[in-house]
Amino acid sequence: MRYLIANWPYVGELFLEHLWLTLSALLIATAIALPVGVILSRVAWLRTPVLGILGIIYTIPSLSLLVLLIPFLRLGYRPALVTLIAYAQLVLVRSVVVGINGIEPAIIEAAKGMGMNSWQRLLRVELPLALPVMIAGLRVATLSTIAIATVAAFVNAGGLGTLLFDGVRSSNSEKIIAGAISVSLLAVAANILFRRAEIWATRSRGPT
Amino acid sequence: MSMIVAERLTKQFPGESRMAVAQVSFQVEPGELVVLLGPSGCGKTTLLKLVNRLYEPSAGTLLIEGVDVRSMPATALRRRIGYAIQQTGLFPHLRIEQNIAVVPRLLGWERQRIEARIDELLDLVGLPRSYRRRYPRQLSGGEQQRIGLARALAADPAIMLMDEPFGALDALTRTRLQDELLAIQRQLRKTILFVTHDVEEALRLADRIIVMREGRIVQFDTPLNLLTRPHDAFVRQLTGADDLLRHLSLMTVAMALTPGTPPASIANLPPLAPQDDLRTALVRLLATKAEGLPVGSNGQAQGWLSLAVLRQMLGEI
Repeated sequence: MRYLIANWPYVGELFLEHLWLTLSALLIATAIALPVGVILSRVAWLRTPVLGILGIIYTIPSLSLLVLLIPFLRLGYRPALVTLIAYAQLVLVRSVVVGINGIEPAIIEAAKGMGMNSWQRLLRVELPLALPVMIAGLRVATLSTIAIATVAAFVNAGGLGTLLFDGVRSSNSEKIIAGAISVSLLAVAANILFRRAEIWATRSRGPT
Repeated sequence: MSMIVAERLTKQFPGESRMAVAQVSFQVEPGELVVLLGPSGCGKTTLLKLVNRLYEPSAGTLLIEGVDVRSMPATALRRRIGYAIQQTGLFPHLRIEQNIAVVPRLLGWERQRIEARIDELLDLVGLPRSYRRRYPRQLSGGEQQRIGLARALAADPAIMLMDEPFGALDALTRTRLQDELLAIQRQLRKTILFVTHDVEEALRLADRIIVMREGRIVQFDTPLNLLTRPHDAFVRQLTGADDLLRHLSLMTVAMALTPGTPPASIANLPPLAPQDDLRTALVRLLATKAEGLPVGSNGQAQGWLSLAVLRQMLGEI
């Protein structure tokens, strides 16, 4: 605790780095996962192979993926960003597919039967109804991204992981505690935020 | 001109040897309520979905007001045809008013016209206008189905397709909604194709009934003819043509009326109305233990119903 109080400007800087890495990774990851998920929800035969590949990526240990990318992207922010985006894909894509395909078939049939075209169906019916499931997926992806981002300090990407690695290297338990508390704080805050969003998305269909 | 004309309409799903709908031809006139009746898997729902092209036919043609349905985009066709289904398919994330307004919005109606139409439709299906701001799950099953009906009627389509719309409701609510559909139909005179496997419902609602079996039309006839002149044993069994009480419930007192002054012995008994069904009349006859009952409307005697005549009619069926 003493380290945290004495060095709060430095820890704050690392905290913002961590936040920035997490946010930018999630933003890009969502921008990729949304269209991919929509395509998979429409094209059934693509579903198993694509989700299979994303599943394989997900099983690679994060540290080894980071190190594997260094020859191509060098040290720093870039390999970390790519790794985080790759890890988030499985959870995000699957939540889009499950969200859309989990909609009651009668609702889709009604949308078609009333003369909505494919885009109108997607934007007015499917995505709004899939929203709670997609937010839940985003929450899980955010938490794992925050966690994996600590490992990114190993390739000089900065963030709160720096405190952990430095602490281990110099046997400074104060540093380790400061890092751990800060990362937990970030994760807990993100969790609360997304839980609220999930409840809001479900409630916007009227009180029961 | 016939509203709907099907010519050798056929649907075979890929990977299935049996045809779901096999070379079906029929014509439906404007303002008719035609029920598609048959056991599950007989092809009635498939046939319905061929009309608004949720399924595309493998062969044959379908004309609506003389125009081949494949000559226009499917979405444009569907916006011209009302569609109501059993599970309602109401959009849970949209308010009642937004649900009703779906097709008018797709058609690009002006806001004021849509607003007025929503109120008009809520009045028509007997729900308070205060329901506009509610969400579907705040309504009972029967109320949701009424909204489904209102939504299907929203853009005032000439044709309505209804796929077992009352199938999931309790018996009491179902009967009430059937009555209201008939009342609405008397007012609006839509051309309606109505799918059901419920024989009572078919007999109650239909101007004519298409009886289907294994993708083919077995008989296309009026409810009374289906009962009195079933085409084969299948129709006889399906409609319960041997059920005399069912026959009576489809016939009116006017059909068995003996004109003239009723005998003095029964003249003071409470009268039947000419439009009462004969089943109700028989129950009343048996309960009063009289040989007949006077028939009249608004205090005006029109004749009487004799138990002997009724017995004779039953013998002829």
